[in-house]
Amino acid sequence: MDTITQDAPQDGKDRNEEVELLSFRIGEHEYSVDIMSVREIRGWTRATSLPRSPHYVHGVINLRGTVLPVVDLARRLGLEAEEPSERSVIIVVDLEGRTVGVRVDAVSDILSIPRGEMQPPPEMLNDDTERFVRGLIVIEDRMVRVLHLEAVLPPGTEAAA
Amino acid sequence: MSISVLAVDDSRTMRDMLRLALVEAGMDAHLAEDGQDGLEVLDQLKPDAIITDINMPRLDGFGFIDAVRGIDRLRNIPILVLTTESAEELKAKARRAGATGWIVKPFDPEKLVRALRMVTG
Amino acid sequence: MSDPMQEIRASFFIECEELLEALHDGLEAMSDGAADGETINIVFRAVHSIKGGAGAFSLDQLVGFAHKFENALDAVRAGTLSVDDGLVRLFFKCGDILSDLVRASRDDEPLDTAITDPVIAELLEVTGDVGGDEEAAEEVDFAPTALSLDLDDIGGLAGADDAMADLALPDDLPPLDIAGEPDPDEAAEQETTYRIVFSPEPELYAGGNEPLFLFRLLQELGKVESSVEATATLPALDELQPNAALLTWTLTLVTNADVSAVEEVFEFVDGLCGLSIEPLSDDRPEHPGEESGLPAAETTTPIEAATATPSDPLPADPPGTSQPAPAGDAGEETEDPRPAAASGAKPVAKSATVRVDLERIDRLVNLVGELVINQAMLAQSVATAGLPSNSPVSSGLDEFQHLTRNIQESVMMIRAQPVKSLFQRMGRIVREASTATGKDARLVTDGEATEIDKTVIERLSDPLTHMIRNAVDHGLETGEQRVAAGKPERGTVRLSAAHRSGRVVIEVADDGGGINRARVQSIAEEKGLIAPGQSLADQEIDNLLFLPGFSTAAEVSNLSGRGVGMDVVKSSISALGGRISITSTPGRGTCFSISLPLTLAVLDGMVVGVEDETMVVPLNAIAETLTLSETDIRPLGPQTRVVLVRDAFVPLLDLGAELGYRAPRADYVGSIALLISQEDGSRAALVVDQIEDQRQVVIKGLQDSYGHVPGVAAATILGDGQIALILDPADLIANASGKSAPETALQKAG
Repeated sequence: MDTITQDAPQDGKDRNEEVELLSFRIGEHEYSVDIMSVREIRGWTRATSLPRSPHYVHGVINLRGTVLPVVDLARRLGLEAEEPSERSVIIVVDLEGRTVGVRVDAVSDILSIPRGEMQPPPEMLNDDTERFVRGLIVIEDRMVRVLHLEAVLPPGTEAAA
Repeated sequence: MSISVLAVDDSRTMRDMLRLALVEAGMDAHLAEDGQDGLEVLDQLKPDAIITDINMPRLDGFGFIDAVRGIDRLRNIPILVLTTESAEELKAKARRAGATGWIVKPFDPEKLVRALRMVTG
Repeated sequence: MSDPMQEIRASFFIECEELLEALHDGLEAMSDGAADGETINIVFRAVHSIKGGAGAFSLDQLVGFAHKFENALDAVRAGTLSVDDGLVRLFFKCGDILSDLVRASRDDEPLDTAITDPVIAELLEVTGDVGGDEEAAEEVDFAPTALSLDLDDIGGLAGADDAMADLALPDDLPPLDIAGEPDPDEAAEQETTYRIVFSPEPELYAGGNEPLFLFRLLQELGKVESSVEATATLPALDELQPNAALLTWTLTLVTNADVSAVEEVFEFVDGLCGLSIEPLSDDRPEHPGEESGLPAAETTTPIEAATATPSDPLPADPPGTSQPAPAGDAGEETEDPRPAAASGAKPVAKSATVRVDLERIDRLVNLVGELVINQAMLAQSVATAGLPSNSPVSSGLDEFQHLTRNIQESVMMIRAQPVKSLFQRMGRIVREASTATGKDARLVTDGEATEIDKTVIERLSDPLTHMIRNAVDHGLETGEQRVAAGKPERGTVRLSAAHRSGRVVIEVADDGGGINRARVQSIAEEKGLIAPGQSLADQEIDNLLFLPGFSTAAEVSNLSGRGVGMDVVKSSISALGGRISITSTPGRGTCFSISLPLTLAVLDGMVVGVEDETMVVPLNAIAETLTLSETDIRPLGPQTRVVLVRDAFVPLLDLGAELGYRAPRADYVGSIALLISQEDGSRAALVVDQIEDQRQVVIKGLQDSYGHVPGVAAATILGDGQIALILDPADLIANASGKSAPETALQKAG
């Protein structure tokens, strides 16, 4: 796991290539995902819970007639979680053909940065969040984590794929 | 006045091909699935020519030709036998049954049209 | 519209599947001893029609094989080859190869001759390989340049007439030449004058031939002059037979066409007339420069005169006087001018069919699914608005609901297909497995007309193939063992399908030795799948077969040992919303039973409330609903309870607790329970908080978007737009804690 996150920011691509990231907030923390994987952003709707699912899986919601699993990112990252509220947002992401919703507290911004400015996350002992972070960027003194989406998704999906 | 032809064959593919060939030649195509079906179509139709397969369920080509030749109204309609069986014996048999000519499958559309012209003028 | 020939080609391959099915049915009948003429004829016709169509599309490999197969069948028809088991087996093999060839041809991928050659050799052996040369010659008939070859064939086979053998038109003769336009190249050649003496015999007229038409064709070749004389003394006018042949024509044809073209005109009347065609030695163009396309006006007169004789066979019947076609576009749209009447009159005729792209159907299925959801939402709004049930809106809504359901059922029926084609493929698996294992086995099928959703059928193919192979390889004993056990040497694998209470049940049963349970258990112990020395019930041992990593074959045979186990079969069946179970009797055989939903798209369900969630329980799993009274509920263990239903105790399962939605209740008196009844006879009383509704729901898969959820089959969208989970009662019961201690969500992850 660690090696994957280490390698990720470089992966042989042009360091000057601009990447666009959608940044969002969970509690006090700021995260982001590659905007290319974002399909849409939705307001919060009540999810139907899935029995015996991991605690970070909210359940499923109706996305225009399809069943969309929703992951609670705060719980997934082991952060202090706000309870879902009217203000919560679901970011619908596409990942290798699978569509999953990710609940966050609020969407903040679209960031455009050269790939080379993305730093690998420092190795820290026993920090569970580390394996979910692909890299770090610093913008106006704010630290924004770039999320490793694949690691965030529920394992059930991977088993099914 | 376009020539009207009844084509009788139990193979749908063959019917489709016959229809295509006939329609492209500007003829009216009428189709039937076997001899029995052909006779039913002939109840209400007097085509200028008939093309028929030999080996068919219910009523085969021989029986069909026999029946057509036995109907006064239809007695003189030219009938072409459509067959992959080109043995001389079969030809003789078709003739005995009263066929006018034959077309060997797989037929070439031009050949088919020519054969039809040979028997319809 | 795309290329019509491409469409016909596509339709040909569909027809081939039908023909292969008919072929297979016929062979089945033959193997059951029905070698009567009509059965053989059906088989023959199927092969023959495949050959015919294949020839039209120049599918040479298919034509060649079909031709040899056809020859053998023809020999049976003619009585020169007698039917025995071996021959029927060979025919089955030929049928298999023929299917392979059809599919290979469809995909434009030639089939390896290593597959076809041994069977061809066997065929030629039984047919005695009469004249390999003739075979080769006949195959040429089906070469793509068909223009000249068919005539060649007639000529060649006519044999007696040497001239006929030359009938083939040169390849460079453009097809349109028949319209009377001489090829420019040939026009440059010298014209020839032919003298044609033509004296029709009565049979010529009887067969519908007409000299006039022949003359017209001659005219297209060149300039024609004719004279006519009576063949014999003309009878008195009142004795004239209209069809009698009394005249001889002598025609002079000046043409640049080949003699074969001239002979071709008389092709159909060859043998029905006196005919001589001779080139005149002093051929000279009578009117130099006048091309053969032009002289029609000049020559029409003599010919018309010649034919306007008492012997004219078609005086009142010129072409074009036929009744107009019932429908001008009959050639475009309908195959039969009177489809309804015709199909009504035929007892065995197939009903008219339309080919529709599956995508279109799926779109329709999806739309209808949306319609159902929409209708449910509307119903909910109406209910929320508190309109009286006798209001026009409510009754209109009822009607709407009724219609929606009808539409839905009709749409689902479009997707349904009989399992017949699937079953027929399994016949081949048995034959191949039989050969590979050296065990004589036959497949008996039942319920082939049973219909299931097309997708289910497609996805059943692999698991069934595996099960059938297993049945022959592991299920059946060897011939000697069978005989020793007092059984017929030949083993039987029975494949059946039937509708049973809203589901389709497919069974694969063998009459072999049954599961060797001691061995199964020891293998499972060896592989560490179970703890050694456990005491297991028969059913439990049988179910070990479904464990991943289990294989009963002591030595992996080349047949079943393909790295696929019954666990894979089980998961493919589960993915279809189906279940699989085993029953086995020592010495008598083993039966695998697959129970499948009729469709993957809709389900009749009971909508229930559990804690805050709304769930759907498939209606077919519910035997009855119970309200539990104090006397019904008995404690079993410290944390388990049973419910007395009539004379039997069934385990009590609290749905809310089983799914981890809430803690078990302290008391279940007054609770509502659904009595779940499984096909294997197991039952459970499933406690729910309340029953809300009973309705049809549209199934939305969870598998693709999330993965398998224990106890849950799928999801649906309810009228309020919320997703409700559809329970899988069998899975729920199988994995139930039974204890009323709730599992926490954390304990169960994946």
